[in-house]
Amino acid sequence: MEKAIVLAASAIGAGLAAIAGIGPGIGEGYAVGKACETIGRQPEQSGAVTRTMFIGCAVAESTGIYGLLIALVLLFANPLIGKL
Amino acid sequence: MGLKEVNITGPKVAFRIFGLNVTETVILSWCVIAVITGLILFMTHNMSKTNPSKKQIVAEWIVQIFTNMVKDSMGSINLRYTPYMATIFMFSICGSLISLLGLRPVTGDYSTTLAWALITFVMIIHAKIKNDGLGGYLIGFTKPIIVLTPINVISEVATPVSMSIRHFGNIASGIVITQLLYFALTMVSNAIGLDFPIFTIGVPAVLSVYFDLFTGFMQAFVFTMLTMANVGSAYPEPEN
Repeated sequence: MEKAIVLAASAIGAGLAAIAGIGPGIGEGYAVGKACETIGRQPEQSGAVTRTMFIGCAVAESTGIYGLLIALVLLFANPLIGKL
Repeated sequence: MGLKEVNITGPKVAFRIFGLNVTETVILSWCVIAVITGLILFMTHNMSKTNPSKKQIVAEWIVQIFTNMVKDSMGSINLRYTPYMATIFMFSICGSLISLLGLRPVTGDYSTTLAWALITFVMIIHAKIKNDGLGGYLIGFTKPIIVLTPINVISEVATPVSMSIRHFGNIASGIVITQLLYFALTMVSNAIGLDFPIFTIGVPAVLSVYFDLFTGFMQAFVFTMLTMANVGSAYPEPEN
């Protein structure tokens, strides 16, 4: 019974942790949109703009990756079951 | 035939030596190092100033790319960091792309990326101390007001943690998603009544272009660029 409760709570927690994907989605979309605007205005700078945008996207993505890692740990390497 | 359940684990332990686990990550890392070293020795063999061979031109082109990258983002006084950046980039990209050969990517193990991030962390601190002196570095934690010291210490330590987790998380999530996809495709084949998992042919290759090629290249690039940005801002070019 306790194990079932812990497993269910872990699954719910994993789902909640994956909500962290919303933030990076909005942020990266905004960054890419701004980069497209800039390239439209200054096509000769497209190389530098694209490079900077990818770096910014990767940095913005990290919070989503943290959430994903927590979800994966809860699903596949659950540390809570060992504490029962 | 086919997978009966999703089985996602860390790197397997190949053998134990003196009580230490030698995992497949260690073995594959040494294989990657050996391949890169062999390639470099091959390319720089028999170099000539007057009559360069094709492989020498390729080697010079690669060196030129990294030199320009470091010069652009760190300034020309930091050019001596170029070999380190090139090493991290080549090791990272080869370590991620071995997943195309069906091997477990080296960077999908947190130990690997944490080790690189710690090297970078030491380099950042070294550059800061070289720029400001030890006293200046320590006083820098109390800026702008002394109450913020714990926050500044946390943000200093957060740099290697976030760098390593970003790289590890991207590659490891690729591994997990690929495994889940194989499992799902096998289940689909079984549901139709086929004994042979016909859908696992071809479909994962399309996703592999994103999860292996694009992510591997992108994360290697991002890790190198962040190292350059952090070390470069710790030791900026003097203003004239």
